[in-house]
Amino acid sequence: MTEPLLKVDGVGKRFGGFVALDGIDLAVLPGERLGLIGPNGSGKSTLVNCICGTLKNESGAVTFDGRKMDGLAAHQRTILGLARSFQLPRPFHSMSVADNLRIPLLYAVKARAGAALSSTQLDEHCVEYLRLVGLDHKARKLPRDLTQVEMRKLELARAMAAEPKLLIADESMAGLSHSEIEDILKLLMQLNARGITIILIEHIMSAVMSFSQRLAVLVSGRKIADGDPQEVVRNPEVEKAYLG
Amino acid sequence: MDFPIELLINAIIAGVLLGGFYIAVTVGISISFGMLDIVNIAHPAFIILGSYLVYIVNSTFGIDPVLVGLLMLPVFYVLGAAVYQVYYLSFEKRGQEALRGLAFFFGILFITEVGLILVFGVDYRYAEAPYIGPALRFAFVDLPYRMLIPCVISLLLLAALQLYFSRTFIGRAIKAVAQDQQALSLMAANPVRIKRIAFGISIATAALAGAFLVIIQPVEPSVGREYIGRVFAICVLGGLGSLPGTVVGAMLLGVVESITATFYGPSWAPAVAFGFLLLTLAFRPAGLLGR
Amino acid sequence: MRSRVFLIVSIVAALLVLALTQAVANNYLFFAGYVVLQFVVLATAWNILGGYCGYVNFGSAAFFALGAYTSVFFHKTYQIPIPLLMLVAGIVSGIVGLGMGYLTLRLRGSFFAIATLALAVVLQTLIINWDYVGGSRGAYVIRPNTIQVFGMAIPYIEYLFLLMLLLAVAAIVTARMIERSRLGYGFATIRDDELAAEAAGVPTLRLKLIATTISGALMGMAGAPFPYYIGYLEPSSAFGLAYAVNAIAMPMIGGTGTWIGPLIGALLLGTIQQVATVTISSAVNLLIVGVLLVAFVIIAPNGLVGLVQQRLRAKER
Repeated sequence: MTEPLLKVDGVGKRFGGFVALDGIDLAVLPGERLGLIGPNGSGKSTLVNCICGTLKNESGAVTFDGRKMDGLAAHQRTILGLARSFQLPRPFHSMSVADNLRIPLLYAVKARAGAALSSTQLDEHCVEYLRLVGLDHKARKLPRDLTQVEMRKLELARAMAAEPKLLIADESMAGLSHSEIEDILKLLMQLNARGITIILIEHIMSAVMSFSQRLAVLVSGRKIADGDPQEVVRNPEVEKAYLG
Repeated sequence: MDFPIELLINAIIAGVLLGGFYIAVTVGISISFGMLDIVNIAHPAFIILGSYLVYIVNSTFGIDPVLVGLLMLPVFYVLGAAVYQVYYLSFEKRGQEALRGLAFFFGILFITEVGLILVFGVDYRYAEAPYIGPALRFAFVDLPYRMLIPCVISLLLLAALQLYFSRTFIGRAIKAVAQDQQALSLMAANPVRIKRIAFGISIATAALAGAFLVIIQPVEPSVGREYIGRVFAICVLGGLGSLPGTVVGAMLLGVVESITATFYGPSWAPAVAFGFLLLTLAFRPAGLLGR
Repeated sequence: MRSRVFLIVSIVAALLVLALTQAVANNYLFFAGYVVLQFVVLATAWNILGGYCGYVNFGSAAFFALGAYTSVFFHKTYQIPIPLLMLVAGIVSGIVGLGMGYLTLRLRGSFFAIATLALAVVLQTLIINWDYVGGSRGAYVIRPNTIQVFGMAIPYIEYLFLLMLLLAVAAIVTARMIERSRLGYGFATIRDDELAAEAAGVPTLRLKLIATTISGALMGMAGAPFPYYIGYLEPSSAFGLAYAVNAIAMPMIGGTGTWIGPLIGALLLGTIQQVATVTISSAVNLLIVGVLLVAFVIIAPNGLVGLVQQRLRAKER
């Protein structure tokens, strides 16, 4: 039995009187491709925020790579190998596209590798990630000069540049064309082939279905299904959540 | 030891009356900072401006200061709306409010203070009214009218505002904009207009607070700066945006300041408010009542 | 330009300034120049936290006064040479900056700004009530007429001018070094999007604490020679309005993105104010600074440097 890379035990989060997460249990195995779906407002982004430390969960525990994440700040979790992209892109608007990718390399990766990462190596990695998302021709541009699609790619690239063990892609494909979605999926598959565990949060069902090995469904802060994608979509409760 | 219980009780009561006045001073910030998330550190400057205007009218025409304050409400409302419009166009729209918005209000605070120094000099000014001086007496308890009247009117003001925010459409829209601007715009109300109205109300309260200030104590231009800490301390203590919280925070600060001044001397009083603020920010930023 | 080269260039520039003052042989130049250089340090120091990290400090006067009162304290207890005083003042102010940062930096930037205001008033109240350093009555610091430096007797004011010049060079070199370093990148991410910075692995709290410590320390160092410059120190001048508004106005008018902005802002505004104080009045001169601050913040938010950059970019097209 392999130990899960990420274990979420009974995580709960409220905002005032509103219960955003009601005891979520989730386990992700190393190298797995997990899809996470749910209607708007079901708590997907809140769950991501709690896993990554951007928000503090009131109950339950998050364990990553065998370590308890309680009390660890978001940047510490990123250094340990847990990275995420934001649903609404949050680029560093005063620096170039290339510099945006330098930041996780300068901080997360360097904190891990220490003196072993020279500045030439850093530059090489930066160029590599730019090329992977197809933004190398825009390396010196500022984020405000990018199209919406390019901003999403930058957002994803920045998460990748943190060289994580687990990457959470939060709705990176909204508004993309069919071929662009294919590109992103191919990219994520490439990353997964390298051994990076991926949680894909998406509304675009075709993408989720073709990508995920396992599918979890969140509705109103509760996980109502978790298992083989084909079976999950046939689950009557899941159908009701999306149609009813 | 003969514990000066009478002194203590008088200090507490004076503190409560002072707290009442602090409500008027703070309610504007409860609206602009608590509900609209606008860090208007220039609010005390508007209060002092109000004080000086009240002083001019009062000393020239002899009109009662509270009446002048009430008459100035619409004037200050318009002023507040205008300031918000500039703030919105220059900063909020561009998403620059963090650094530049703060600097903007700081600049206004500064310009107001220096401007008042240039026009009026640094002499103390005070208002004249028949109730400044005499006091109500119950056994050993002193209730100076100049403290009592502002306190009572402040409480009425707070009650009126609380009703406004819970009963009228615009009032509730203002509370809504505090929670979720997007939802409000979906309700076909213009968030910018709602915020402008709210900010206008916030500055209007400064007119009344200014009138109270010049009744309670003599003013000179730098007095405004002492109130910055008080105002934000009360706001944070009471929980941002909560009007009932403002009452609790104001009374608490008033009493503590009063006791400190009575037993340790008035030169320590400014440190009390600001010390409170620092401690609250450090340990309980959600306020005593929480949000 | 590599950092070492820049250091040499700035020292050479400083020596040129010094030579110029010797050539012009007007004592007033030293008095006025000291104040302008002091503002260069304050503006540069403020900008490290305000411009680079985006955290506004309204209490610059507090750190400056802390440095000044550290000097007074030592003057009354155990006299030590001014360069050493500056170091000690820097340490004291740095520690206070660290402490204040630790208490308030975990909150939003707006809360931090308010807390800095609060700190200034608390410190002022404490000093007013501390009789050993003069309390509200103030403290006299007698300064000698000349001082022996490398065997030569030079007028004391020139000595103070020299010290402040060196501090200004140190401040600018430090700011520039930070800008180009990993630390500077980190600061910029905090300013741009703190949440995203954390997610990218930037230890935001640690970096912010570094910024407040360095900023506070530099301001304290600028304040240390002040009692010797002015001869009589009392709380209202040490905690004065002029420091609070200038520390903010100079970087914002000059431009907050780089080390050049605060320098330009300080040189320009500092000189204007020296002229205005003598010719008009000190209150009007402060009013002008306030108006300029508001005007620039509304019309030219990136300061003079920003305007020049815009012009250059427009020409490129």
